[in-house]
Amino acid sequence: MTPTTPVLLSADKLTCIREDRLLFDELSFVVRGGDIIQIEGANGTGKTSLLRILAGLSQPYSGEVLYKDQVIKHCDDEYKADLLFIGHLAGIKGEMSSEENLAFYLKMHGLDASKAEATLDEVNLFGFEDAMASNLSAGQHRRIALARLWQSQNKIWILDEPFTAIDKAGVKKLEQLMLKHTQNGGAVILTTHQDLSLNSNDFSKIILEHQFF
Amino acid sequence: MWKWLHPYANPEVSYHFTGKLIPWFAIISAILLTVGLGMGLLYSPADYQQGNSVRIFYLHVPAAMLSMGLYLGMAIAGLTALVWQMKLAESSIAALAPVGATFTAIALLTGAAWGKPMWGAWWVWDARLTSELILLFLYFGVMALQNAFEDKALAGKAASILALVGVINLPIIHYSVEWWNTLHQGATVSKFEKPSMSIDMLRPFLLSLFGFAFLAGTLVCMRFRAEIIERNSMRPWVKALAKEHN
Amino acid sequence: MQLSYRRAFSTILKRDLVIAFRHRDDILNPILFFIIVVSLFPLGVGPAANTLMKIAPGVIWVAALLSTLLSLERLFKHDYNDGSLEQLLLMPCPTFVLVLAKITAHWLITGLPLIIIAPFLGVLLNLHQDSYVALMLSLLLGTPVLSLLGAIGVALTVGLKKGGVLLSLLVLPLYIPVLIFATGAIDAASMNLPYNGHLAIIAALFFGSLTLAPFAVGSALKVSTN
Repeated sequence: MTPTTPVLLSADKLTCIREDRLLFDELSFVVRGGDIIQIEGANGTGKTSLLRILAGLSQPYSGEVLYKDQVIKHCDDEYKADLLFIGHLAGIKGEMSSEENLAFYLKMHGLDASKAEATLDEVNLFGFEDAMASNLSAGQHRRIALARLWQSQNKIWILDEPFTAIDKAGVKKLEQLMLKHTQNGGAVILTTHQDLSLNSNDFSKIILEHQFF
Repeated sequence: MWKWLHPYANPEVSYHFTGKLIPWFAIISAILLTVGLGMGLLYSPADYQQGNSVRIFYLHVPAAMLSMGLYLGMAIAGLTALVWQMKLAESSIAALAPVGATFTAIALLTGAAWGKPMWGAWWVWDARLTSELILLFLYFGVMALQNAFEDKALAGKAASILALVGVINLPIIHYSVEWWNTLHQGATVSKFEKPSMSIDMLRPFLLSLFGFAFLAGTLVCMRFRAEIIERNSMRPWVKALAKEHN
Repeated sequence: MQLSYRRAFSTILKRDLVIAFRHRDDILNPILFFIIVVSLFPLGVGPAANTLMKIAPGVIWVAALLSTLLSLERLFKHDYNDGSLEQLLLMPCPTFVLVLAKITAHWLITGLPLIIIAPFLGVLLNLHQDSYVALMLSLLLGTPVLSLLGAIGVALTVGLKKGGVLLSLLVLPLYIPVLIFATGAIDAASMNLPYNGHLAIIAALFFGSLTLAPFAVGSALKVSTN
């Protein structure tokens, strides 16, 4: 990580309160091109809330998220074009086939939808292209969603527990993909229960703790 | 934005400020209502057509005016909450809605009570009563939506949006109901005549109108303070306050 | 990369239509509901032709309101539950494009069938023969308003567990002006009076809600996915 790479995303004094519980208070950090940042913390410390705030899906109680030094509310379109968020829910429609699901997301990002079929191979869904997603398992839904990463042109990836539902070989593959992404100047912010097998120079951690007050 | 508003955007300051307002509002309201309603109900002239039943006017019209005014206030609070992200404005919606709904209900009940001697029926689909009924539905909508959310901050935002949507629709609903009423006039309905008010009536009317307005202000301030406490229960100053009272 | 608004709109519209056609119950049930509600009225008030003729416009329109209400929840509920809604909100197109595409799909699936079926229900209710054109036109202009205003209600309640009844409380009062002017138009037509004034007002309601509702829906969705 060279500190000279430009700051992509910065959190400025984020405070999050959910149902009268303070999750984190005045949290600040920056994400530069080339960073992989793992958010760590026990259950209920607000990892998912933080990711959703960074993605612009949730509003913090106070504080701002800035993309290239602009508050994300004010550069919504630009930020959304550079962001790929994969959350707990896969966002896969049961009424469409795996390929149609993936093709829809690729199309919406202005990418070549005809690559959907080949991309599904990357997440071990070869042979399931035409299967209706309602016949697939939740794990397979997540893999369809993750397949988007292989075609992604977005600079920032925000991934909530991306490694659940994929096997060891799959984890390795995804980690390599993240490394390649950061080498091209992208950034990854993720939460995960299992430890990353990456070299410790390749990623940094932000640790959330229970707040007592 | 608006520097003078800033100190009041602090929940603690507004809590104490409204606390100081309440006794004044309550006293002013009590005086105005005693004088206004006393004059109106006891001493103002009876109507040559409606007799003494006209006196309910001193209750009905202020309640109806305030029901609309409070909804407008709620929408303004909603706009403030959405545009300037002011959390206190969200609290004030929660404070305004039940008070507004109560005044709407009073307007409806007194309207019905007025209707009985005038039209011989408790309920007539008069344009104003109908509008007032729909306004009550709109209030219930805001309150129900607010209660449905567990997270207070989300509840406030959702209610702000709904209050704004409602206030844009309110005049449209009002005029369509008025138009609908004139269309179907054939039945029985004679609208409330716009009373050409004599000074004997105007004075008690204005007094009770302002009396009710201050009453509404008192109630809203009280609810507003409760809302602030509830939303800031984890703040040190609220905890200190709770200790003081124990 | 950013898509042109038109491509984003048509991609989402196509997706929603595909999903709806593979899930036909969702299209059919509100229509059946519409038919059943209307056919209850002669049973309730008696089959006298004159009475039916008098209440026909109101009955058909109230039934249309209710069946729209019934179909509204589908607009965002499934997308909310499976996480597509938050993904859609993060797509690189402005939220109002997404919202308009979804509302258009909703209208094509629920509003349009109502318009097609309404004349047959008019026959059941002995609708005045001069009123049919007015009925169709009022539905053509009015049902999009129902979809647009209804979308605000669904967007506000989609995150709630018990949103269904609340939705009707929020949305039905907003439908009153459409109901008044639509039935007014049909009544006027039956008396051979001009009714283009009524239609003009419904059209104004349509354009008003077309410009304002997408923004209300957009900010409501952001609250609901929070």
